[in-house]
Amino acid sequence: MLYREAGQFSSHYAEDRRIFRLRQDRLGLVFLLVFAFILIPWLGNDYWFSAILIPFLVLSLAGLGLNLLTGYAGQLSLGSAAFMAVGAFATYNFELRLPGLPLLVSFVLGGLVAALVALVFGLPSLRIKGFYLIVSTLAAQFFVPWALTKFSWFSNDSASGVISAPKLEVLGISFDTPAGRYLLTLTVVVALFGLAHNLVRSELGRHWMAVRDMDTAAAVIGIPLFKTKLLAFAISGFFLGIAGALWAFTYLGTVEPQGFDLNRSFQILFIIIIGGLGSILGNFLGAAFMVLFPLLLSNLASLLPQGLIDAGQLEHLQKIIFGALIIIFLIKEPEGLARLWQRLRAQARIWPLRH
Amino acid sequence: MDFFFEVLIGGLLAGVMYSLIAIGFVLIYKASGVFNFAQGAMVLFAALTFVSLLERGVPFLLAFLVTLAAMILLALLIERAVLRPLVNRSPITLFMATLGLSYMIEGFAQMLWGTQVHGLDLGVSDEPLEVGGLLLSRFDLFAAATAAVLVAVLSVLFNKTRMGLSLRAVADDPLAALSLGIRLQRIWAVVWAVAGFVGLVAGLLWGARLGVQFSLSLVVLKALPVLIIGGFTSIGGAIVGGLIVGAAEKLAEVYLGPLVGGGIENWFPYGLALLFLLVRPAGLFGERAIERV
Amino acid sequence: MFQRSFASSLVLALTLGSATLNAQAEGEQYFPLQSYRVGPYAAGGTGFFGGFIDYLKYVNAKGGVNGVKLTWSECETEYVVEKGVECYERLKGGLKGAPAAATNPLSVGIAYATLERSTADKLPLITINHGRTDSTDGSVFPYAFPLQLNPYSEVSAIINYIGQQAGGLSKLKGLNIVTLYHGSPYGKETNEVLKTLAAQYGFTLTLLEVPHPGNEQQSQWLNIRREKPDWVILRGWGVMNPVALKTAQKVGFPVNRIIGNIWSNSEEDAAPAGAAAKGFISITTHPSGTDFPVLQGIKKEVIDQGQGDLADPKRFGTVYYNLGVVNGILNVEAVRIAQEKFGQQPLTGEQVRWGFEHLKLDDVRLTALGAKGLVQPLQLSCADHEGGGAVRFQQWDGKQWNLISDWVQADRALLRPIIEASSHKYAQEKGITPRDCSKED
Repeated sequence: MLYREAGQFSSHYAEDRRIFRLRQDRLGLVFLLVFAFILIPWLGNDYWFSAILIPFLVLSLAGLGLNLLTGYAGQLSLGSAAFMAVGAFATYNFELRLPGLPLLVSFVLGGLVAALVALVFGLPSLRIKGFYLIVSTLAAQFFVPWALTKFSWFSNDSASGVISAPKLEVLGISFDTPAGRYLLTLTVVVALFGLAHNLVRSELGRHWMAVRDMDTAAAVIGIPLFKTKLLAFAISGFFLGIAGALWAFTYLGTVEPQGFDLNRSFQILFIIIIGGLGSILGNFLGAAFMVLFPLLLSNLASLLPQGLIDAGQLEHLQKIIFGALIIIFLIKEPEGLARLWQRLRAQARIWPLRH
Repeated sequence: MDFFFEVLIGGLLAGVMYSLIAIGFVLIYKASGVFNFAQGAMVLFAALTFVSLLERGVPFLLAFLVTLAAMILLALLIERAVLRPLVNRSPITLFMATLGLSYMIEGFAQMLWGTQVHGLDLGVSDEPLEVGGLLLSRFDLFAAATAAVLVAVLSVLFNKTRMGLSLRAVADDPLAALSLGIRLQRIWAVVWAVAGFVGLVAGLLWGARLGVQFSLSLVVLKALPVLIIGGFTSIGGAIVGGLIVGAAEKLAEVYLGPLVGGGIENWFPYGLALLFLLVRPAGLFGERAIERV
Repeated sequence: MFQRSFASSLVLALTLGSATLNAQAEGEQYFPLQSYRVGPYAAGGTGFFGGFIDYLKYVNAKGGVNGVKLTWSECETEYVVEKGVECYERLKGGLKGAPAAATNPLSVGIAYATLERSTADKLPLITINHGRTDSTDGSVFPYAFPLQLNPYSEVSAIINYIGQQAGGLSKLKGLNIVTLYHGSPYGKETNEVLKTLAAQYGFTLTLLEVPHPGNEQQSQWLNIRREKPDWVILRGWGVMNPVALKTAQKVGFPVNRIIGNIWSNSEEDAAPAGAAAKGFISITTHPSGTDFPVLQGIKKEVIDQGQGDLADPKRFGTVYYNLGVVNGILNVEAVRIAQEKFGQQPLTGEQVRWGFEHLKLDDVRLTALGAKGLVQPLQLSCADHEGGGAVRFQQWDGKQWNLISDWVQADRALLRPIIEASSHKYAQEKGITPRDCSKED
């Protein structure tokens, strides 16, 4: 009853094919956007912007990038952080070496460079399958930070190899305040999610899913494997590259190659496992979990009487719980948090009836 | 030329150390089809437990046995709580589960034993040894000998015992093995326990080299290319792969490194593995999977 | 079932998120501690923050700073940059009305990421013995303080020491020095300065990189064996240090010709290498040992009262612990000096910054603090946020460190132009107008 589909008829094919076919979905989206773009900047404080909302948005985008590759096209990658690093450093260099280039254009160019690098490391994917493929992405994971540290040109010869963000200005408006950085990130992320949502419904997206489910079969029905896989790597690299640039510029304001290490790749992989492989919404849910869960645990612990659990033990405990949750998710809910949401919606549809 | 051979021999011996870690992976992969990323965490857990017991005054042998018991217990727990519920799931799911597992083991090991850095002395001094003008490391020779013994023991276990026979049957065809009445779960538990034992040996040798600390769990990253080159399913492959990786990365660092500025050891083995894969997509000794649609 | 319990715990935690932390803090001075007690570098974090907290407790036991008690809370960073940023944002506002004095992340990455935030929030960022070298120039970096020793001073002091050992700086000519560095921005940072020094003094310099984390160094040490250098400077970090010492033994390089830098100088770096470390030399700004009066005071007032922060009491007086104590002394002294100007009350970060900029520790003051020999004489100013630039050398005897030299000074006049060139480049990139230090009071 709460989530009624009854009475909503499509009278054109175009209507039937819309992304959000149901009125309540469209209204919900509008409400959410209004909330995110207008209410949050008005209500939030610095801590929420800088420490929670911006990393949440950027990690969602990074999760999306990996999800396109792993969740939709079925190619496991442990090199996500490397492509983020490429995006961050490429964007930095475009801003530095082409003064006057609009910031958003630099983001896109940075994303394209990351796409190119991802493409190169995706080349072996036709010949190598399954686990063996993680070698290629791991090679990227180790090679890229090495190269970025080694050749100081990338960091404008800064002695420490750390780059810092240029001024954040779009069309002459400065976005340097926490709320401004949040809005900038939100805009980019929302635009890219819109793009991705359309993409996975396109011919290419369906090719990806066919390849994921059984690539030999996909080849048999005439899907060009090589092109499909390579495009998955490139497009995933593009999203990850922009996520890396956002991470460096709007979130931390500075970045060193070591900030994009293997742990970051794992973190992004966990986001999509927990959020849901092959789901767009899941990236948000997984990233929210990733950002909020540690905070939640440390806040809970500070309620306990002092001295019961010391700070170090708490972190170990957190690691254990985290590992356990990953296993539990894989066992109980392999489709992640996104699946829980679907269930909730299905229940809402028939409420108050049970079946 | 002497220098070349010194680098080569040093590299081969270092490669044996990589093989030690890789063998643990191979055992588990063969029997249960799991690429066990938690092997590094198991190495850490074993070494940390052992050294902490030793520091509390437990004699060497007893500490070894207690740690071994702990590893076996851990293996049984993993089999029950992780492998059994995930039976018949895709290899990638299993791999991700072991990622979670490695977090759990690392957290647990450090919660139990703390985060201090421990020294570990196995009583093998590492004074350099000159043989015919070539420099050799006593410790590395000791490690190589240990690895040789380990491989011998494992091959006896797999080739001469009933358990080994069922294990090979499971590795060949789990369904057929099941129908013959081989108990899959038990085989898994045994294999994980043996992998725990291998982890303990590797942990002691690596711990004596690096000091027992968190970084021990990072040695898996060195074992990965070894596995790729040698193939996931062959112990001999793990040894050969280790030798190739060890020798190649040392020679590359010394002779190619200066051309690009050095420090290439982290990614070079992966590049090498990639080259191997392009020629032999299932590794040198790996079994080529037959794809059915 | 699963989803319901999960959702309810999420809601629970979010409602709790706002109201936490348990202390009474009106009228106190607050130190936000971005500590790390887990992860690969936990050994350093537990020692450093243990010493820091114990010193703050000691000051409180003695009645606080002119009656103003100190308070603090911890936030775990795991040495991970974004966690450090989250902690910074969470703690910067102070604790229940007690204003924050300064942040001390003890992590290069976190320091870089919070540098601009610190300036914007007017909260001093203390990077003792590390941090951005060019933040020594306080006219461009008003809120960053690489106290005591920046990376450039560190290598300059080491070269000066090698010169002393050879019998004068002129004898450096013709020496062969290898620097083995960690393959990270931290490790690379001093390479250019070393090259400058090599050109100046005429010694041969070979730079060898060890890839992170550094648990395999065979090829580098075989190279060193072939090179037969007079000295090896070890710029290590974490596990790289004991492995370097072990591998040196393996190739037969004498360990007493290896000089560890400021992050290769702790018990945790030498002890895991066992006998291979015996004779290893390193620099320090904060000698280990428990004989300094201030440490005896901490022992009496804090540790013996069962209030010590260390989980393992054996680590009392070790290098990392003493660095924490030194860091505590410098922070508290800055607060004390700032109180002379702004009154004996809790101060804002901006006011404490003034205290840091006027920090002056001479032998008289150090003796009064019971820290003579533990802390070097130090004087900071608007233009100079480092102040000291001296190190002592210590040697590992298999059990502990023994001091083998007095304070050896870096050639700071030589380094200053390089630092200024870098800081001005930064100022230009960021559009900062450097302060005119002659007009600051």
